[in-house]
Amino acid sequence: MIQVVCIKQVADTETRVKVAADGKSLDPAGVTWILNPYDEFAVEQALRVKEQLGAGEVIAISLGGAGVPTTLRSVLAMGADRAIHLKADGPAPDSLQVARALATEIAPLGAGLVWLGKQAVDDDAAQVGPMLAELLHLPCVTVVASFELAGDRAKVEREIEGGREVVEVTLPAVLTADKGLNEPRYASLKGIMAAKKKTIDEKPAALGEPNLEVKSLALPPARSAGRIVGKGIEAVPELVRLLREEAKVI
Amino acid sequence: MSILVFIEQREGRVRPVSREALGEATRLAATLGGPVVGVCAASADPGLAALGAAGADKVLLATGPRFEWYDAEAMTAAVVAAIESLEPDLVLFAASAMGKDLSPRVAARIGVGLASDCTALTPQGGTLLASRPVFAGKALQTVRFPRKPAMASLRPKVFATITREGATTPVERLVVALDAAPSRARVTSVVAASGGKTDLTESEIIVSGGRGLKGPEHFDLVENLAAALGATVGASRAVVDAGWRPHADQVGQTGKTVSPKLYVAVGISGAIQHLAGMSSSRCIVAINKDPDAPIFKVADYGLVGDLFEVVPALTEAVQKLNAHV
Repeated sequence: MIQVVCIKQVADTETRVKVAADGKSLDPAGVTWILNPYDEFAVEQALRVKEQLGAGEVIAISLGGAGVPTTLRSVLAMGADRAIHLKADGPAPDSLQVARALATEIAPLGAGLVWLGKQAVDDDAAQVGPMLAELLHLPCVTVVASFELAGDRAKVEREIEGGREVVEVTLPAVLTADKGLNEPRYASLKGIMAAKKKTIDEKPAALGEPNLEVKSLALPPARSAGRIVGKGIEAVPELVRLLREEAKVI
Repeated sequence: MSILVFIEQREGRVRPVSREALGEATRLAATLGGPVVGVCAASADPGLAALGAAGADKVLLATGPRFEWYDAEAMTAAVVAAIESLEPDLVLFAASAMGKDLSPRVAARIGVGLASDCTALTPQGGTLLASRPVFAGKALQTVRFPRKPAMASLRPKVFATITREGATTPVERLVVALDAAPSRARVTSVVAASGGKTDLTESEIIVSGGRGLKGPEHFDLVENLAAALGATVGASRAVVDAGWRPHADQVGQTGKTVSPKLYVAVGISGAIQHLAGMSSSRCIVAINKDPDAPIFKVADYGLVGDLFEVVPALTEAVQKLNAHV
């Protein structure tokens, strides 16, 4: 079975966000770029499925600028077989643009499973997975917390408010991975060496027209530091009084 | 001009997040014009007429066995049918587990952009601006919609509901053509979290624990305080990564972004990715033994001390308060 994993290069979660001169985007100066944390679980699950089946191919795809091959290489080092870089410089495309470009590339591959992270930790949109499924006319399960493959279907669980939905999905399908789906592996030295010989095909991304216009990116109003009510258990009555009478939250 | 609101129901009950969306739709309709129309897909009417009191002027209801559980493809067909018949200028969803799964599919089918997890919608000169936290709340992005309908999902617990005493709304049948083939992604069961726990994103009060608790066996301190406050238990990334708590409890950039009215951080130092996820809480209390912990920079009320002494004392004080009310 061919599996596709869509990954995104994002700013490290430790990044202190600064707004670029355009007033609309992240200032990239000094930012460390990483594989989107949720995508690690998607990559790991695809590799486990390949290992379970004892055959198949895992193709990593990423859309973005000149830095993206570094992240694709790290996914190849984890064990993906080959990669495709959909090149898109310039302003960040919206989710529907990304989904369309990915769908154009993925449709002819005949993949049984298409994996993504549940969301990217930069734009927090959580849109590309279901949009891609819609464009590929495939079923989709988002925020997958457990996955069991059985023939041409899978039993998966997804987190919902106050519990979990158990879903039976027929393949081919699109799945988005939540943290906790598995324990992602580290690339081995052998994997890193092997990754150097694997191919990354570079193609222009078929983005089409934008569907959302970003007007601005701004920092949220800084929270004014409150006060230290006191030290130790002596301060507890005062804290309770403040919560009740001043903040009126209890 | 009309505004369409997806009405989310589970097991015969309309979810509170849909009332929040109706409240916001009603406020926007004052500027943009109405009516506010709901669309719901269910196996039976979950009492939709009562949504008149929450702001709906009309509700379209699609019924059928495919709608007993959440079914993304069938529900996409229902919402798209409502959009085609109503031609609304704005379509709203809740940014809930269901809304986040459904809204991108609908947007892709219609071919328009979607602003997800919005915290404000502002009419401006005949158009609509949507504000949404990005980088887990470290920044706020504002977008506009170049085409109609505009489509947005709304963060739970941010938008106020309205009440029109005694108002009811007409419920009209929405016919949806579904193919006879069975669903390709079928919910076979729903497993409730232990203790019927409220989701963090929908909680009024959250008590979160961190490394300062020194081990999973001490989380009962947090649980007891949470029980006294009627709160949901959360956790920092450090303790989730250490396996003390499930990932569903994690607050922060690789967990949940929350905005409760009260957030109590117990033994959490306040790493940037945690602060991102909870800084929009209305009132923040921090309990930590280190007076220089970054969490105190965002806390409205800080208490410096040994949590093993302070938290039981606080729990007891809250219990006493409850007994007097």
